[in-house]
Amino acid sequence: MSLLKCDNVSMSYDGKTVISGLNFSLNSGEYLCVVGENGSGKSTLMKGILGLMQPTTGKIVFSDDLKQNQIGYLPQQSGIQKDFPASVWEVVLSGCLSSRGLRPFYTKANKETAYKTMERLNILNIRHKCFRELSGGQQQRVLLARALSSSKKLVLLDEPVTGLDPISSKEMYYIINEINKKDKVTVIMVSHDIISAVDHADHILHLCEKDAFFGKTSQYLHSELGSRFLFSNCNCDICKRTNCAKGHRHD
Amino acid sequence: MIEFFSEMLSYGFLTRAIGVGVLVSLCAALLGVSLVLKRYSMIGDGLSHVGFGALAIAAALNLAPLQVAIPIVIVAAFLLLRLSESSRIKGDAAIAIISSGALAIGVLITSLSEGMNTDLNNYLFGSILAITKSDAVLCVILSLIVIVMFIFFYNKIFAVTFDENFAKATGTNANIYNMIIALLTALTIVIGMRIMGTLLISSLIIFPALTSMRVCKTFKRVVILSGVLSVICCIFGFILSYMYDTPAGASIVVVNIAAFLLFSLFGLIQTKIPKNL
Repeated sequence: MSLLKCDNVSMSYDGKTVISGLNFSLNSGEYLCVVGENGSGKSTLMKGILGLMQPTTGKIVFSDDLKQNQIGYLPQQSGIQKDFPASVWEVVLSGCLSSRGLRPFYTKANKETAYKTMERLNILNIRHKCFRELSGGQQQRVLLARALSSSKKLVLLDEPVTGLDPISSKEMYYIINEINKKDKVTVIMVSHDIISAVDHADHILHLCEKDAFFGKTSQYLHSELGSRFLFSNCNCDICKRTNCAKGHRHD
Repeated sequence: MIEFFSEMLSYGFLTRAIGVGVLVSLCAALLGVSLVLKRYSMIGDGLSHVGFGALAIAAALNLAPLQVAIPIVIVAAFLLLRLSESSRIKGDAAIAIISSGALAIGVLITSLSEGMNTDLNNYLFGSILAITKSDAVLCVILSLIVIVMFIFFYNKIFAVTFDENFAKATGTNANIYNMIIALLTALTIVIGMRIMGTLLISSLIIFPALTSMRVCKTFKRVVILSGVLSVICCIFGFILSYMYDTPAGASIVVVNIAAFLLFSLFGLIQTKIPKNL
């Protein structure tokens, strides 16, 4: 049984269909990277998975042991105000809110979850610091901790490295890799950074106006869409032999 | 000193006004932190103008002022939120439309009904004589409701204020909590505007939050400090007003300004001095 399954899903945004007839499924422990041009429906698909938008046709099915509120989410950075007074601890703990329902206060278990997650991501030493005073890389790490506090099963990362410097990006990818491989957290990541995406993810979903690609990363590298998007970064034998630069077919 | 206070508190109406003033200041300060951070600072201003219109209608029709104003202001609060959410009219424009419209209607009604000029002044700038005994009881009950609900929903209010997208995505119904914030704000505005006046009540919402943000760096501390500060400023305002025979509302605002300047200075010193010193 797959953790998440998109069954012939179509979604529209502002009356315009951006995704049509999308099929893919994701098993527990996999690492999926969603790529595509601007306006190809990446964010809309995210909203669909998070339950903020309903598909116009088809459906998004979760496995029995995954509830809608058990998805950890790392939003695009723009949502948070620059001058907000909040400590790292308060931010990470707020990730536990989804499991609280109508009950108003956090339990000891919630606090322990938050504490352990911070320990895992190496941000325990900055937990009393003010969120707005952290560097971009640290802020993203804190927000990842918040996402992990709300779920250990599936995290959805919306452009987690956008705006980070190369070193912080590398660290971020490293952490995401760790939580995926070691802690067995299923990861769905939206990214514009195609090169790192094929480096890290084991599955790629490429959304495109005409046809979408879904499959293993190794297959993607040899697909028409993949090679067009990656230009000459495909290093397979055929490429080396024929010395082609871009836009070729491998089938 | 003790004589001064016992003399001050010997006036029944003044004690009542101070009691209501302190509770309203506390409510306004708690909600203010969330409103200021959500960029809804002017919502208090808009709602108090609506309250002014409602009070004018109540006075003209000879109805109990609070009982008329409370439902009208609550409806206006929901309307403002709805308008702000839909992108047709942006939040600030929506508030400007509603507040100036309500003010105009209120002024028209008061000028059409006779002999109300002193009342108009009281509505605009507040009066400590406006609180009757039954008003005071209602105010105390409403303030307690606001405080209890704020504590009960504290964690949710933090989440919705800090990052609404995340809160929504993980299953928190952000709209409901926005509405709760609007409802509590509406209640606070109505009970506070009799003392503070239509034109000054929004300062109770904005000042304490801004002042404590100068020095505090966590949400909890900001909330607690603004509550404490607001109550202290309110009491000092009343003392100032009693000593120099000035309007209570304006005196409270002046004390708040002084606190803001003082804390800005603290904040400045805090950032200028290196941590390891």
